Amino acid sequence: MSATTESPPSRNYEILPKADFNGALDGDVLEVSMGPQHPSTHGVFRMDVVLDGETVLKLKPVFGYLHRNHEQIAERTSYLASMPYTDRLDYFCSLTNNWAYALTVEKLAGLQPPERAEYIRIITAELTRLQNHTCLAGFLLMDMGALGTPLMYAFREREKILDLFESLTGARMMCNYMRFGGCRVDLPEGWLEQAKKVVESYPGFLDEFENLLSSNEIVMARTQGVGRLSKDLAINASITGPMLRACGVNYDIRKVDKYGIYDRFDFRVPLGDHGDCYDRYMIRILEMRESLKILNQALKDIPAGPIMDPKAKLRAFKPKPGEVYGRIEAPKGELGFYLISDGSASPYRYRVRPPSLINLTILEDMCLGQSVADVVVILGSVDIVLGEVDR
Amino acid sequence: METLEQIKSRIEAAVPGARLEVIPNDSPAKQASLLVDPTCALDVARFLRDDPQLQLDYASNVTGVDWLDTAVKEKVKVKKVVDGAEKEVEETVEKKRPGYLEAVYHLYSIALKHGPVVLRQRTENRTDKTHLASLTPVYRGAEFQEREAYDLYGLIFDGHPDLRRILMWDGFKDFPMRKDYVEPDDYEYEPTPHDDVLEKATRHYAPEVKI
Repeated sequence: MSATTESPPSRNYEILPKADFNGALDGDVLEVSMGPQHPSTHGVFRMDVVLDGETVLKLKPVFGYLHRNHEQIAERTSYLASMPYTDRLDYFCSLTNNWAYALTVEKLAGLQPPERAEYIRIITAELTRLQNHTCLAGFLLMDMGALGTPLMYAFREREKILDLFESLTGARMMCNYMRFGGCRVDLPEGWLEQAKKVVESYPGFLDEFENLLSSNEIVMARTQGVGRLSKDLAINASITGPMLRACGVNYDIRKVDKYGIYDRFDFRVPLGDHGDCYDRYMIRILEMRESLKILNQALKDIPAGPIMDPKAKLRAFKPKPGEVYGRIEAPKGELGFYLISDGSASPYRYRVRPPSLINLTILEDMCLGQSVADVVVILGSVDIVLGEVDR
Repeated sequence: METLEQIKSRIEAAVPGARLEVIPNDSPAKQASLLVDPTCALDVARFLRDDPQLQLDYASNVTGVDWLDTAVKEKVKVKKVVDGAEKEVEETVEKKRPGYLEAVYHLYSIALKHGPVVLRQRTENRTDKTHLASLTPVYRGAEFQEREAYDLYGLIFDGHPDLRRILMWDGFKDFPMRKDYVEPDDYEYEPTPHDDVLEKATRHYAPEVKI
């Protein structure tokens, strides 16, 4: 271990991170490498942390352990061939990844999915959001030391949703379900009834979960006031998703862009006001309840009809030259795809805007001055998936 | 939101010496973009962020694009003497367009909920003059994404606080997202080399010694 006496980082940002050390800096300075095999990092991710006693002086995230150059692989194959590969970006939410990619290519080629396909997309996306947030709450509690039990509760509910995905798409996690201009297969018989049952039982689980945890003394002590993030810094650092809304910024792409048919549904955007870990946890619980509202409406209103745009071509798909940026509100934040077509069968440029990676920009600012045990909780509340961070 | 032409003329009025160009986009999405000169890019970004009518406070997506040298065929009318009389004749001339690297920024407004405005910066060439202005001092969200563009495309962002490789390891030499990148031989990872891999692998064997 090397002992260094570096002062807290000073950088030429216009908004500087403000850290409050309470004048409690004494003792030896220690450099610790957390990860890449640390259980709290949710995958292969490393943080170079400089500590004074237990207080964080400096933190540098290190990525790339899972890098496989997804973008270049996609540039070498056809448009459709990278659809199954988008599943592997954020492997918890393969259906929203599919949707973001399908939506962008539809914008590029001028396709319009039919009504029923739009409903199926919304139902699957909101179910994905439900299971992602459920898992996140479980993992966050495990990071705080509630080993096993809350996570098992969360996984029990997630299983029900994964069963729905399996009967619809054939796979539990790697769904590969959306196509340009619609969806791959129609809903199987009895699927809607099964989905309604899951949706009806979900508020009961959320109540149980919240009873157990939301006002739990240890949870509150470990998360309230920890990892605070200010509104201005969050916007300037391009933070998106529940992280941004926990700071009190009203920005939900489902409401702003109204992609798909989100303008037909009645739901609200929950906002936090402290921007700490507790707010990030609560925002996700509240978002699940709003997702259930959308699901109830969508499962009731879904019409019969075709699920593919008749103009859509699966083979020899060559969009006109041009470029496009499309984005959706994925459970972790804004998931965007940037495509440039040169008129050939494969994209000239294929870029993924990963919410997990960009939400880590301010990890250091949130951790400065906190104790090293809180770093684990803060990282858990950011909600990262390394498949997406490293691509 | 204003059209891109209006934004362009307002920037030119507000930022002295700004050289801008509107790049059209033919796809159905119609997301045209604004080409900014690297010397004034930071001032333009600051204007876009602080202007009360635009308030583009959120840099959503930052990325690089590689454009290789291409030959563009153009039809040019040339005056020629044909059969003693001067005539105008159409001829196709092949012009070489030198390659360049590009950084693309998608800016949105969280305050006013509009966007995107697409900014582009272009380098002079692909080899030695690959310097661009970093917009990280204005948009902190560009920090990791500009690092990624540096890592994968070799774009050098002047003014970036921490320009290091982000996904590839530190000792890596090349830029793997460039269009002319050739991956190194991976014969070592093939347990039983065959076909193309076998041929590649033979290059690495020591020459046979005959006794």
